[in-house]
Amino acid sequence: MGSIFSFQQIVNGLQLGAIYALIALGYTMVYGIVRLINFAHGDFFMVGAYAAYGAFYLFNFFLPQGGGMAFVVLILAMLGGGAVALLSNQFAYKPLRYKPRLSSLVTAIGVSMLLEYLFSATPFIGPSPRGFPELMKKHMFTIGSAQVSNYVMIDLLVAAVLMIGLTLLIQKTPMGKAMRAVSQDKDAAKLMGIDVEKVISFTFLIGGSFAGAAGLLAGLTYPRIGPYMGILPGLKAFIAAVLGGIGNVPGAVLGAFIMGIAETCATAYNSLLGEGIAFVILIVVLLLRPNGILGEKTADKI
Amino acid sequence: MKSSLVSAFVAVALAGSFLACDKGAKEIKIGGVGPLTGEAATFGASTKNGYDMAVAEWNAKGGVLGKQVKMTFADDKGDPAEGATVFTKLIEQDKSIAVVGTVMSKVSLAGAPICQNAKIPMIATSSTNPKVTLVGDYIFRACFIDPFQGTVGAKFAFDDLKAKKAACLFDVGNDYTKGLSEFFKAKFTALGGQVVGYEGHATGTTDFKAQLTKVLAAGPDILYVSDYYNDVALIAKQARELGFKGPLVGGDGWDSPKLMEVGGSAVEGCFFTNHYSQDDTAPMVQAFVKSYKTKYGADPDALAALGYDATNIMLDAIQRAGDTDGAKIKDALQKTDLKTVTGQVKFDGDRNPVKSAVIIEIKGGKLVFKTTVNP
Repeated sequence: MGSIFSFQQIVNGLQLGAIYALIALGYTMVYGIVRLINFAHGDFFMVGAYAAYGAFYLFNFFLPQGGGMAFVVLILAMLGGGAVALLSNQFAYKPLRYKPRLSSLVTAIGVSMLLEYLFSATPFIGPSPRGFPELMKKHMFTIGSAQVSNYVMIDLLVAAVLMIGLTLLIQKTPMGKAMRAVSQDKDAAKLMGIDVEKVISFTFLIGGSFAGAAGLLAGLTYPRIGPYMGILPGLKAFIAAVLGGIGNVPGAVLGAFIMGIAETCATAYNSLLGEGIAFVILIVVLLLRPNGILGEKTADKI
Repeated sequence: MKSSLVSAFVAVALAGSFLACDKGAKEIKIGGVGPLTGEAATFGASTKNGYDMAVAEWNAKGGVLGKQVKMTFADDKGDPAEGATVFTKLIEQDKSIAVVGTVMSKVSLAGAPICQNAKIPMIATSSTNPKVTLVGDYIFRACFIDPFQGTVGAKFAFDDLKAKKAACLFDVGNDYTKGLSEFFKAKFTALGGQVVGYEGHATGTTDFKAQLTKVLAAGPDILYVSDYYNDVALIAKQARELGFKGPLVGGDGWDSPKLMEVGGSAVEGCFFTNHYSQDDTAPMVQAFVKSYKTKYGADPDALAALGYDATNIMLDAIQRAGDTDGAKIKDALQKTDLKTVTGQVKFDGDRNPVKSAVIIEIKGGKLVFKTTVNP
């Protein structure tokens, strides 16, 4: 019992939460802008992991292993996730923009399956999982009663930098202002001269690139990647976004860290409970506070 | 016209069967089954090589009961329906007095009732599912069953690694890994050790840190991880990250180059139980490896060794039975006490072999034979 809430478990939970947070941000941003629950988002995460994997073996030939290399891989993972998000929006969601909302939702499930099966059918990717390389040497630190590796710090650092960057982007830039405007009222924003489609594409790009970054971090932390690796983390990040209040950016981050720690502690209490705790949280949130912790009141949701 | 044609056929068929009977008196006919095509094709090819080698060796020494052995091989395609057909064919049409095979448990489970009903002794090669031999008293196997590995692993951890405290990790959705851990726990406790952690994980998960943190807090000397190689590599890496320095021990699910590819330095100095190792220094193993390499130009894997052993066990039993009668061969099989490539074989009450397992160590990124452990 003693070790359920130990400092080590909190560190484990934070690390998991950081990865969930980066995925949850994309869910919540896309929902905020187009009111679409993009079930393919978990697969953008998977694409990011594969992009990072490919980038590593590409640059391995002419870049020394270390920080610089890791940075290049991170950028390419984000580009990979962002590009596939942009393409999904362009070819799958945009044509259905003013159709009933259920059509886009079902299409999102279609895009998700398309990506999964496309990746497992591609000969040089294939359905079997593969190991993820170590981008840099692992160092261990002892902080209090916990063993903390530099990977944990990298996970938290990358997540923090990206989240601060996103906050600045949304609050301080014209594009951020346009995003906020579109999320409040698409038609009014259009009348004010905002190119709504451009804003939506940008949102997908940012959301996808965050998922891509999460893919790299997940690959580093839990070094096994496969075409179906995005399903469960995607689902859990979605629940984190609902917990925080879907459409709310700080809410997604808060929800993700709560989820990460709850899952770790529940697993430590009973390993079977851990897998299910996310769904228990979802049911409880929907029953007691359907708008989430920080969510604003809205009239209708899917 | 038509009826005369039919009777001509009948006459030919009858003549054929008389001829077959007549020929049967001069040689010992046994059946061999394996998947030469389908999902387990490489398993079948190795197994068949093992059969052929054993038969050739017996024949070179003068055969069984003074007669040459003739094995009819049939491809079960790794499919239970096909398996049922070929087992029937080997018994009804080819008049085999015993059947060696097959590889996959699900196919052996289809073939076993056919052999049992026909009172034809059968010995499965590498079907590890405990249910196979429970079909009836004519059904034996050459490999050890899953739970046995847990017992051997515990013995190795306690006796050789001098571990006093152990923790187990397994996949809750997989009977194989659950079984191994259960038997490890039972044996390790019986030996006087202490199992300080016993945690399952969900199938397909990649984050084992919560379970590991919990079990490592109790300070185990070793971790018993009965998972397959994919999960083992991740568990090993995360255990090292959490500061665990001791060895991990597991079962034959580790046997893949992928383990070292993903696990890297984290699996270095870890151990697992397996059926056989071609690096085993025992003279019989070395003789087998040498003649297999000469004959087939490849390294014999565990399947080849089990195919070879199964054939030897069956032919040895026929020799000792002194007769081709199924019931007598079955009784002789039960009394087997034979030295084989995969260990000294005796059968228990459920017709599973009681034999040694080998321990493989991961050393310098390679699988190295460590020792043999007797049950």
